Amino acid sequence: MKKSRLPFATLLLVLVFFYLPIGFLVLNSFNNSRYASKWNGFSTRWYERLTERDDLVAALGNSLKIATGASLASMVLGTAAAFALRHRASKLQDAHRLLVAVPLVLPDILMGMSLLLLFISFGLKLSLFTITLAHITFCLSYVALVVQARLQDFDFNAVEAARDLGATKLQAFVKVTLPLLAPGILAGGLLAFTLSIDDYVITYFVKGPGSDTLPTLVYAMIKKSKDLPVINALSSIMLLVTFAVVAVSQRLTRPTPSSI
Amino acid sequence: MNKERRSEILATAPSFLWLAMFVLVPVLIIFAIAFRPALPAGGIGEGWSLDAVRSLAEPAYLSLLLRTLWISALTTAACIALSLPVAYAMARLTPVWRSRVLLLVIVPFWTNFVIRVFAWQQILHAQGYLAELLRGLHLIGPNDRLLGNLGAVVLVSVYTYLPFSILPLFAAAEKFDFGLLDAARDLGAKPARAFFGVFVPGVRQGIITAFLVVFIPMLGSYVVPDMVGGTGTQMIGNKIAQRNFSDRNLPEAAALSGALALLVLAPMFLRRKEKPQ
Repeated sequence: MKKSRLPFATLLLVLVFFYLPIGFLVLNSFNNSRYASKWNGFSTRWYERLTERDDLVAALGNSLKIATGASLASMVLGTAAAFALRHRASKLQDAHRLLVAVPLVLPDILMGMSLLLLFISFGLKLSLFTITLAHITFCLSYVALVVQARLQDFDFNAVEAARDLGATKLQAFVKVTLPLLAPGILAGGLLAFTLSIDDYVITYFVKGPGSDTLPTLVYAMIKKSKDLPVINALSSIMLLVTFAVVAVSQRLTRPTPSSI
Repeated sequence: MNKERRSEILATAPSFLWLAMFVLVPVLIIFAIAFRPALPAGGIGEGWSLDAVRSLAEPAYLSLLLRTLWISALTTAACIALSLPVAYAMARLTPVWRSRVLLLVIVPFWTNFVIRVFAWQQILHAQGYLAELLRGLHLIGPNDRLLGNLGAVVLVSVYTYLPFSILPLFAAAEKFDFGLLDAARDLGAKPARAFFGVFVPGVRQGIITAFLVVFIPMLGSYVVPDMVGGTGTQMIGNKIAQRNFSDRNLPEAAALSGALALLVLAPMFLRRKEKPQ
């Protein structure tokens, strides 16, 4: 049979399209020149410059604080949601499912705008706290999605065996269900962490003055065309971290050899 | 039964209440504040007013809406057109290569969005290699810019949303019975005819999902037109941000957001109503 080569050529082109800009950015971060259009020799000076930037370090600290809080809270809330959604045929779960789906489809700008108006209406001062509340909200839905997928091929016989052997419901949950489900919950938490670190639009709407995260600070620097080579260096480091996170997450979500 | 119900409510309560508080209530507040008067200093006034909602009738908003729909439609069409052959090719790979390529498609989804748009901004920059190259080849004039136009916004939007449309189409292509294509060819169909006549209808559900996951977020696009677009490519999202941060007119920002919310959420509810049949 003759296979058409066109789809494979498209696939190859698309992969090049995906990675060319990223590669260009990493390459440029080692460019001695201040401008992107001239290669002026290899240099690590933009990376050295990074260590002198206290504002970037502070923003990174903020990002990490928010992402840690948001991923921990959304792991708890999202896992509970995934368990609740297993009760299929009920009106409550229909409404619940719709609520969980809304943050997944609502454009970021609407989520940011609506949360800003909520915080203003309730007189809440915009701060790292309001950013964390916003991040928990969209992370929750993603964790629920990941854990739900894991629950679909979860072997509940192990839990029932524990119950038959005299474990209470709580004991069975803590000693059997949670450990078996842990990789799924952790993968959800990792996704939440990345989404939180990544978020710009929602954060921009609900952040107060002075509470910059890494993306909002970088964005402001880009808009002012300030220290672009430093952003290249920073971006390269962030990309490296992302690749490491993906590698870990791949490990977690890979199906285990035996289900128990 | 009663105990079962209680444990269901107990498991549902945390996420349900959280989302009601931070999703449902805020969306309702958008619609409420759209009917409030704006204070000159930037606050929200007492009482009710139709000023903000009435301002939506300005002709400038109609062209803003049409431009938003047009940019979103172009991006979605380009994403689906590219994703169809990609999903086809991925589904025909050996399982080992399939999971490798799948990983390569997913990784951009994990990388920072602002950074990816920034990378393009540098590539398309007036003094960048690409502009110099195209100028050298006389493909663009000395004063032509690669940034700030519709092409740049659509290109970078496609770049950021392509993984979202590849994934559902790949999921559909994986379930597609490729024997049908062989049958079509045995019956004399040319490869292109078999592709469009058999494969494309076969992954219809994937196309619908891909459409939704690209088109809906595109309607609320803000970062891409802000970073690589210009005044001629402003979308609804940019206007909302402008009303909010520059003009400090929260009721007008809310009215615009409300209109966008209706535009985005209406198809979702219509789809739910259709489903049971």
